[in-house]
Amino acid sequence: MNGNELTIAAAREALRAGEVSAVDLAMACLTAMDAGDGLNAFVHKTPEIALDQARAADARIARGDAPGVCGIPLGIKDLFCTKGVPSQAGSKILRGFRPEYESSVTARLFGAGAVMLGKLNMDEFAMGSSNESSCYGPAVNPWRVDDRLLTPGGSSGGSAAAVAGDLCLGALGTDTGGSIRQPAAFTGIVGIKPTYGRVSRWGIVAFASSLDQAGPMTKSVRDAAILLGAMAGHDPMDSTCADLPVPDFEAALTGDIRGKVIGIPREYRMEGMPAEIEALWSRGAEMLRDAGAVTRDISLPHTKYALPAYYVIAPAEASSNLARYDGVRYGHRAALAAGDGITDMYEKTRAEGFGREVQRRVMVGAYVLSAGFYDAYYNRARKVRALIKRDFEAVFAEGVDAILTPATPSAAFGLGEMSNASPVEMYLNDVFTVTVNLAGLPGVAVPVGLDARGLPLGLQLIGRPWEEGALLNHAYVLESAAGFVAKPSKWW
Amino acid sequence: MAIDIDTARKVAHLARIRVAEEDLPRVAAELSGILGFMEELNEVDVEGVAPMTSVTPMRLRLREDAVTDGGYPARVLANAPEAREGFFAVPKVVE
Repeated sequence: MNGNELTIAAAREALRAGEVSAVDLAMACLTAMDAGDGLNAFVHKTPEIALDQARAADARIARGDAPGVCGIPLGIKDLFCTKGVPSQAGSKILRGFRPEYESSVTARLFGAGAVMLGKLNMDEFAMGSSNESSCYGPAVNPWRVDDRLLTPGGSSGGSAAAVAGDLCLGALGTDTGGSIRQPAAFTGIVGIKPTYGRVSRWGIVAFASSLDQAGPMTKSVRDAAILLGAMAGHDPMDSTCADLPVPDFEAALTGDIRGKVIGIPREYRMEGMPAEIEALWSRGAEMLRDAGAVTRDISLPHTKYALPAYYVIAPAEASSNLARYDGVRYGHRAALAAGDGITDMYEKTRAEGFGREVQRRVMVGAYVLSAGFYDAYYNRARKVRALIKRDFEAVFAEGVDAILTPATPSAAFGLGEMSNASPVEMYLNDVFTVTVNLAGLPGVAVPVGLDARGLPLGLQLIGRPWEEGALLNHAYVLESAAGFVAKPSKWW
Repeated sequence: MAIDIDTARKVAHLARIRVAEEDLPRVAAELSGILGFMEELNEVDVEGVAPMTSVTPMRLRLREDAVTDGGYPARVLANAPEAREGFFAVPKVVE
């Protein structure tokens, strides 16, 4: 097996046993990364940084002072500010921006010896479910069943494609409405969005500050536990980052879920749900029962209002967060005509720098926050959000340990296939995932099977706040029971 | 709620995004579509429900009111499209 095909857990063992060096691993991944240009996953490559970090990691491993992620080559979503390395959030408006600072999460990972191969493709400003709105062009799913190129999902499409295609051993993603879980499901990998506040958001380009969370995207549940443990923790720079100790998530993977109660929410059975998704969901419930858990029909009555509430709150927060992209301090500034004043500069810069979907969402946000509409839309949506969260709290209070749902309404679709769809049709891709961001809960996508054409399908597990260990343990059981080992055949 | 051309023009200005006159109908239609989707929220009985402010219950910590950073103007200006004499340079702001 080549170094790039290893899991993080296997690589960690091999590094500690001296069977492979961090430089070997980095070289294997850099080679795979360069051979993987057809996936358009990596958009800024950092081979020199990777090799410098790998050499330092080898020295540390030799000294016996190596944390779990030391020497592990990772891809970093373009949304993270990485010092001196282009960080554009998939947008033209940040072209040329090289941060003078490192995000808290990447600082923590590199401090522990992790290796950065490069920055990964994504939907512009994390707004999308297909990676088609990126200024770098779409990322491509390593999975194919005919001559169509498929989406890896979004917004963390490049991250998903890179992990599924073995271009790296793991990747960082972010999730605001499903952007880790949906691409993980579309590419047959594992992705977890932790509890809101578990991981620092400082240095991550903000989309919707009350919904955004960073998380790992990996080849296995164990790898997700390892990488999440290395990412999580209190950060005084992020006032929403909880001052709670980080449990050993890997130690929680006992594989024992006997007596645990798994909620199956009836409102997630959507009208017109494909039979295959329904069947996969039932099979997943059965697998958990076979492992000794008990499944229970539950109700989350406000589920259907999650998408509309999300599409008020997220754009509102985005309009505020994206106000800073004005051509003054960084990124693109429009060429100005004689007599143009400051407002012309702002308006032209933003019209040129933001893509269509971003412009739409910023405008929707401005509208719902404007005088006369704030109460009708934004306040109402926040009240509905409180009710959505209350639905989950009620169910957890009744003894439910985890909730099992589909992850996506379909398998990966073709690039360009949704181009004539309305924005709202594209938003329906998030129907199973947005509730989790609204409630601030941890959620994980696990690959469980293939659809009739041979494309990966995943299931989602939702957990109690702060109990990512227990959630990952349920995911671990599901992963073992499902036995999903299929890999995409290399066409690139 | 249907968005008309005038409202679309106002919203574009609020967002400080230049939208050409001929594009306003398309923008108005797209915004109307998205906002129509939100009408469903009116079905919910939100009587007595406080809007969610804090996602996970937590107190916002305060820190000491002291200067703990700064003193590197060159780094701050490093990504500026235009910088002069330690300032970000922009077109005329005040009429």
